[in-house]
Amino acid sequence: MKSQNSLAILTFVLMLVALYAIFIYAPTERTMGPIGEVQRIFYFHVSSNWTTFLATFFVFLNSILFLMRGTRELDIRAATAAELGTIFGAFGLISGTIWAKPIWGIWWTWDARLTSFFLLWLILIGYQMLRRVVDSPGQRARLSAVFGILAAVDVPIVYMANRWWRTQHPAPVIAGGAGSGLDRQMALTLCITMVAFTVLYFYLWKLRCELERTGDTVEALQRRLQTQGLEVR
Amino acid sequence: MNFLNQTAAILWKDILTEYRTKDALTSMLLFGLLVILMFHFAFEPDSLETEKYGPGLLWMTFVFAGILGMNRAFAGERENDSLQGLMLAPVDWGAIFLGKMLANFLFMLVVETIILLSFTLFFNFDLLHRLSWMVTITLLGTLGFASIGTILAAISMNTRMSDVMLPLLLLPVALPAVIGAVQATAAAFTDPPGEALTFWVKFLVVFNIIFVTLPLLLFEYVLEE
Repeated sequence: MKSQNSLAILTFVLMLVALYAIFIYAPTERTMGPIGEVQRIFYFHVSSNWTTFLATFFVFLNSILFLMRGTRELDIRAATAAELGTIFGAFGLISGTIWAKPIWGIWWTWDARLTSFFLLWLILIGYQMLRRVVDSPGQRARLSAVFGILAAVDVPIVYMANRWWRTQHPAPVIAGGAGSGLDRQMALTLCITMVAFTVLYFYLWKLRCELERTGDTVEALQRRLQTQGLEVR
Repeated sequence: MNFLNQTAAILWKDILTEYRTKDALTSMLLFGLLVILMFHFAFEPDSLETEKYGPGLLWMTFVFAGILGMNRAFAGERENDSLQGLMLAPVDWGAIFLGKMLANFLFMLVVETIILLSFTLFFNFDLLHRLSWMVTITLLGTLGFASIGTILAAISMNTRMSDVMLPLLLLPVALPAVIGAVQATAAAFTDPPGEALTFWVKFLVVFNIIFVTLPLLLFEYVLEE
C-alpha cells in the first residue's frame, strides 16, 4: 500500500513537470506555420503510443510465462496489461487524428505506422473480447495466453509488410512530423513525458492488478460462505 | 504409429467425414460463387477494373469462405464429444493439429480452384497464362491462413460465441498473409509480371514458416483440459 502511494505521488509530480515542459519549456514548432502549437500534442501522442507498445510487450511476456508456469498472477498481469494498452492506444489514435487534421489536412492515412497501430489496437480489443466469452477461468487464461502470443508476434510482421508495400507504392504526401532531428529542448520534453507516461502506466497497472486480486478474494469468500449454506448478495 | 502416420490418419478421417456430409465444401463453394455474383452487380467491372480489383476480391472471397469452412472444422468434433476421444487416443496432439490444419488447407484449395476457374470464366480473364505463379501464390497464401485459422478455430470453439469469435480473432492475425497474397496476385496479373512478385512470394514463405511452427507448438495448450 505504501509503495502504491509513493508511486501515485511520483506520477502526479512527473505529470506536472511534463505539462510544464510541454506547454512552457518546449519551443513552438516553426515549420507547421501559424498552427505550430498543434505540434505540442506530439509529446502526449508519442508517449501514449509508446505505452501501448510497452503494454503489448507485457501481454506477450506474461502470456509466455503463464504457459510455462500457469499461475493466476501471470494471467492477471497479461489481462490487465491488455486493458491498459487499449486505453492508451485509444488515446494515441485520438491524439494522432487531432494532429493530422490541421497538419496533413486529413484525419487518417493508411500509412504503415498508422495501419499497424490501428491493427494492434483491434487485436488488443479482440483479446479482451475473447476473455469475456470463455466461462471457465483456467481455460480463459490458457486460450487468451495462446492468442496473446500469436497476436504479439503478428504485430511487427504487419508493420514490415505495410512498410514494404508502401515503399513500392508511395503513399500520399506525408509532410511535417518531427522529421529528421529533434530540437534539444523538444527531445528533453519528449523524454520527460515518456517517463511520466511509463510511471503512470505502472501505477495504473498495479492498481488494476490489485483490483483483480481483490475480486478473486471476494469470489473465494463468497464460495466459502455458500458451502456453509449462507446466501450472500 | 509415428507422427506422420498419425497426421495422415487424422487428415483421412476429416476427408472421409467431409466426403460423407459435404457440409463445409458446399457452403464454402456456394458462398464463393455468390461473392463473385455480388462483385459483378456491385461494380460492373470492365477488364481494367477486374485487373485492379480482382486480386483483392479473390482473396476476400478465399478468406471468408475459409472462415466458413474452419468454423465447421471443430464444431463437428464437439458433437458426441469426439474431440475428447481424439485427445484420449494415443496420438501426439501436434498430429491432431497438423491433420486438421491440412484438412482445412485441402478444402480451401478445392474451393479456391473452382473459384479461380469461375473467375476466369465469368470475367473473361485469363489466369491460365500465369498458372504456375497463381498456383504458388494460392498454395502459400492459403497454408499460413489455414494454420492460423485452425488454432484460432480451436480457441473460439471453447467460447460462448464460437461463430462470431473466429473472424474477430483470425482477420487481424492473418492480415500479413492477405497483404502478401493480394500483392503477389496483383503483380502476377500484370503483363509482364511485376518485380514485386518474387519479393511477396518470399515474404509469404517466411510468414508460413513462422505461423505454421508457432501454432504447432501452442496447440497443446489449447486442448489441455
